[in-house]
Amino acid sequence: MIVAGIDVGGKNVHIVIKKDDQILGKVLGPSGIKKAESAEQLYDEVLKKVGITRKDVERVVATGSAAKRVAFANGAIHDAAADARGVIKLIPTARTIIDVGAEESRSIKISADGKVLDFAINDKCAAGTGAFVEAMSRALEVSVDEMSKIALQSTQTLSTNAQCAVFGESEVVSLIHQKTQKPDIARAVMNAIAGRIASVARIVGLEKDVVMVGGMARNAGFIDSLKKNIKMDVLVPEDPDYMGALGAAEAAAAGIYTEEVKAEVVERETVSEGKS
Amino acid sequence: MIANYGFKDGSGDWYVTIDTDKCNGCGKCPEVCPAKILEVGPDEIDIFREEPVAFVKHEERKKVRYSCTPCKPVYGEEPTPCAKVCEPKAIFFSDGWKRLYGHK
Amino acid sequence: MAEVKTKEFWSWPETNWVNPDIDWKKGKVITAGVDVGSVSTQAVIMVDGEFYAYGNMRTGSDSPNSARKGIGFALEKSNMKIENIDYCIGTGYGRVNVPMAQQSITEISCHARGANFMYGPEVRTVMDMGGQDCKAISIDDRGKVLNFMMNDKCAAGTGRGMEVFADLIRVPVWEIGPRSFQIQKEPPMISSTCVVFAKSEVVGLLESGMPENDIMAAYCSAMAHRIMELLNRLGVKEKFVITGGIAKNEGVVKRLEKELGIKTAERVWYKKEYIDRKYPFDTQLAGGIGAALFGQALLKMGKAKSARKA
Repeated sequence: MIVAGIDVGGKNVHIVIKKDDQILGKVLGPSGIKKAESAEQLYDEVLKKVGITRKDVERVVATGSAAKRVAFANGAIHDAAADARGVIKLIPTARTIIDVGAEESRSIKISADGKVLDFAINDKCAAGTGAFVEAMSRALEVSVDEMSKIALQSTQTLSTNAQCAVFGESEVVSLIHQKTQKPDIARAVMNAIAGRIASVARIVGLEKDVVMVGGMARNAGFIDSLKKNIKMDVLVPEDPDYMGALGAAEAAAAGIYTEEVKAEVVERETVSEGKS
Repeated sequence: MIANYGFKDGSGDWYVTIDTDKCNGCGKCPEVCPAKILEVGPDEIDIFREEPVAFVKHEERKKVRYSCTPCKPVYGEEPTPCAKVCEPKAIFFSDGWKRLYGHK
Repeated sequence: MAEVKTKEFWSWPETNWVNPDIDWKKGKVITAGVDVGSVSTQAVIMVDGEFYAYGNMRTGSDSPNSARKGIGFALEKSNMKIENIDYCIGTGYGRVNVPMAQQSITEISCHARGANFMYGPEVRTVMDMGGQDCKAISIDDRGKVLNFMMNDKCAAGTGRGMEVFADLIRVPVWEIGPRSFQIQKEPPMISSTCVVFAKSEVVGLLESGMPENDIMAAYCSAMAHRIMELLNRLGVKEKFVITGGIAKNEGVVKRLEKELGIKTAERVWYKKEYIDRKYPFDTQLAGGIGAALFGQALLKMGKAKSARKA
């Protein structure tokens, strides 16, 4: 059976097409302002890449902050459930999932069979999300990838005061004026957000194995800061930002999704959507 | 005076409140706070107050959400260590923690 | 270093003034209050508790310099010198960097006292929004703080939130208020609290073709709503007063009054002579005035010694 999982996030759309245990194809693209259209366009794109049509896909399940926009989906699942399903298959020893996306972050406690036991979210404030790191990288005038690399080269620990992406930008600018070295600033930025995310993760409890997913999982500088903060190892699966979409595809295969959950997802829709 | 230390952002109200009319400056709360965010000293708001008073350190005010979370303010089964040790009952918390994390 | 005058959308114009009716040499106690904010600095000089001079200017990137420049600007049209001042108190975000101050006092206390002086003993609630913070203060009839709540962690609901918006749509802050009323119908407010997310929302609205004035209305509405949430936790009692730069933004003030169902106090001096003599009334001066008054009180109570040099 061919299934599709579509994760429509605040910034990016991730799509995974699966046939039984094999991933046929995947794609990632910007959600943009018109998220429904972007999701649809990308879906058709990946179907073409894989060489199939919409009719060949038995079920489509959506997740993510804009899941309800995916009109052609059969249903949706909660973001935490999607992460859980995606991760437990790849890393059966996972018990804590930390998902940091562009506009939302969450910590999820899961059972051995991939059920969500508890979760805590960090949304409505950019300081605990990828948006924070992006804003700081702009202030540092480097790319996010570059900032991640140089953070690992830092030789001095700094502490930063700002707990806000907007005020943080000014703080970085003034640190640069004071001739502070960029690697040290980059490290301080990573430490700051790692601290916030770790603090929210502790609410659900940090039980090993701790797995990181979401776009931020690709940020080596951040992972390093997080490991040092929680004093535990952090595992990162391949293509960590696709975990939501993968989980949605798994839900599609299992036939477990609901229209009700779709409504729940609407409630938690990221506010950057504006009015629907 | 009701002194609210903390902040408010999109995720909620995160304040540690100290009723300085009740606070007697005994100094017990800083000793039990695991995050070390409290201090007892001269009242910087009511500069004519003679006795010392408890307050949240300046550098901690913007982080109370994260610093206080482990003690489960408002929604935990036990009162927080600081509220517990305070005889005049001068310390309390806003509902941010309860709203966001107290749904179990 | 020469200051390049680039087009800045986010700061209010600079002003100063000296009281023509006071001969400071005949004054007994001269105190100064310097309120160094993240965006603007106000220096206020009081002679025997009367409003003598003020300077309101942009805070540079260098706080100690801002304080010095501030007092210089305030005394520009006077022959008083810093050496003639008995006591100077620093306040505001940069209060630790006021080199000529003998003491620093938090802006919460200074705004409370300043609002009481400017608007009179009937004031019970003060809301101040500065460049990087927002505070709600309950006061008694002598300007003493009874309850306060401050936010300086989150840019939403602070002057910075408005500046980011002004920069984004490239409209000066002082135009946003009036233009936000040049609309057909009140649009729904921007739903994101967070300034970072609100920016994306605004971009989306611009791209969807919403008229700029409507977007300004939506943003002012959102800001008024955030302030109301802060105030409601405190409980608003009349007379209700708004100080700081935001008081000059009618777009936010009027919408806040509507949401609260309470009108802010008229922006005129409590002292009748000040009104009659047409002394300038600048809502951003509350902190500096309060600081200078504290200086006077401390000297009077013998809790401080005059630092006057000449």
